[in-house]
Amino acid sequence: MIDVKLVDYLAGLSRLELREGEKQAMTAGLEQIVAYMDVLNKLDTAGVEPMSHVFPVKNVLREDEAAPSQDRGELLAGSPAGDTEAFLVPQAVE
Amino acid sequence: MTWETVIGLETHVELATRTKIFCSCTTEFGGEPNTRCCPVCTGMPGTLPVLNKRVLEFAVKAGLALNCEITRYSRFDRKNYFYPDLPKAYQISQLYLPIAREGTVSIRTQAGDKTIRIHELHMEEDAGKLVHDPWTGQTRCDYNRCGVPLIEIVTEPDFRTADEVIAYLEKLKETLQYLGVSDCKMQEGSLRCDVNLSVRPLGGGALGTRTETKNLNSFKAIARAIDYEARRQVELIGEGKRVVQETRRWDENKDATYAMRSKEDAQDYRYFPEPDIPPIELSQDYLDGLRGAQPELAEAKRERYRAHYGLPEYDCRMITSDKALAAFFEGLVALGAPPKQSANWIMGEVLGALSARGMEPKDMRLTPPTLARLIERVGAGTVNRNTAVKVFEAVFDADGDVDAYVREHGLEQVNDNSLVRDAAARALEANPQSAADYKGGKEKALGFLVGQVMRELKGRADPQAVNAALRELLG
Ligand SMILES: [Zn+2]
Repeated sequence: MIDVKLVDYLAGLSRLELREGEKQAMTAGLEQIVAYMDVLNKLDTAGVEPMSHVFPVKNVLREDEAAPSQDRGELLAGSPAGDTEAFLVPQAVE
Repeated sequence: MTWETVIGLETHVELATRTKIFCSCTTEFGGEPNTRCCPVCTGMPGTLPVLNKRVLEFAVKAGLALNCEITRYSRFDRKNYFYPDLPKAYQISQLYLPIAREGTVSIRTQAGDKTIRIHELHMEEDAGKLVHDPWTGQTRCDYNRCGVPLIEIVTEPDFRTADEVIAYLEKLKETLQYLGVSDCKMQEGSLRCDVNLSVRPLGGGALGTRTETKNLNSFKAIARAIDYEARRQVELIGEGKRVVQETRRWDENKDATYAMRSKEDAQDYRYFPEPDIPPIELSQDYLDGLRGAQPELAEAKRERYRAHYGLPEYDCRMITSDKALAAFFEGLVALGAPPKQSANWIMGEVLGALSARGMEPKDMRLTPPTLARLIERVGAGTVNRNTAVKVFEAVFDADGDVDAYVREHGLEQVNDNSLVRDAAARALEANPQSAADYKGGKEKALGFLVGQVMRELKGRADPQAVNAALRELLG
């Protein structure tokens, strides 16, 4: 059951600030998504192994060999806020 | 009422791989901010993490050494949390099927021997570093450490004292260093420890509410934080208050723990299987191969040195305190150097020279053949022990040639008895007063005479032979 209280909680976990109208829309949207899961839950899955991966592959590994990292300027260019050395975000450290 | 402290540990250990856990960026310490990053470790959309083969190998080796059950079918999970030290907004970790479970570590304290149970060991990625910038009021993110491979080792709540905790961490550190899976440098953060602590009335019963203390970066800090936190909880209960389950941070300067606020509401991680990384299935051959290649660990070495070479407990501990030092000792013994003498050289001259230079044993250039040759010459009486110390200092830094040095500097021991006797006779002639003093019962005078003879022979004689020659002449 999705209600505004749960949406508030999830928004807190995701560090999102929602306006009143957005909360209502989000509640309705999530309700719909979860209702769809209920459809899936009605299927009889007794005796079916839970699946965590779609493709039947395993042990995909790489050698421990270094390759050049990305150019810092290029890396930082994609961020909404940064200087020449670091990504900048609103204060997160106490 | 008497209270009992109950402690469990979560230890994060950085693995000594060349590259990060899911990408090919280097793990080297240091570097300008954000210069060891790529689209994978900064969590760019559309990138695909691929597990480093050596991370898996190191985790399994650690699990085997800690007597764990290795999980044959293992998987990664997403631990979701929104904090800017992880650009993906989740950490790739293992919750449901950790790589190893149910191990044991035996420890020894003043109070006796004890077995600590390991709950589990899992692989995960490290987070980045955040630095608050007071000028801009913003937080700067450096993702160089983001994606560095870690293993987290979780114990059962089996500790009762800080002593036990320290003994366990020392054993863990030693084991992982011998395996070569981590350098375990607490100062550089490659071994980090969180302490889960609760108190209850002595004699058992249900566990009390626990707190988790973080930011402990030395054994001293751990011991003090344990004492502080246990006392704080007992006092709270004594005042009729409740202990709150929370994460606390150790403040080294204030010598106290305090509650952390920032991550508190985010303790709901909504784990789910990591879809980007296929499961890991380990074959019997793979496990047998790693098991067979496990090196001899410090404890086994100590036992062997004691049983085979008759070394005292103290010597065994000193030599095995460092893997490179133990290898050096074994190199000496393999070349025929007597074990006890080898141990003495290592504990005395070798450790002395290293500490004078601020060096680690692994960086030492001196090789076992060089020191073995010196020990051999002392044993054969062609270089005396005092001279040998000088030769040692001379050859230590560049692993010099012992024989060449002795020859070039004329340091061969004078073993010609007539030479020693002649020099002794001359010393008695030159110092009649000392001779008389000795005859008059002053034992000390003999020491002076020995010194005179040694000086004339440029320190190359065997002091005992000189002693004997003088006594003989003095009748
Ligand atoms: Zn990377």
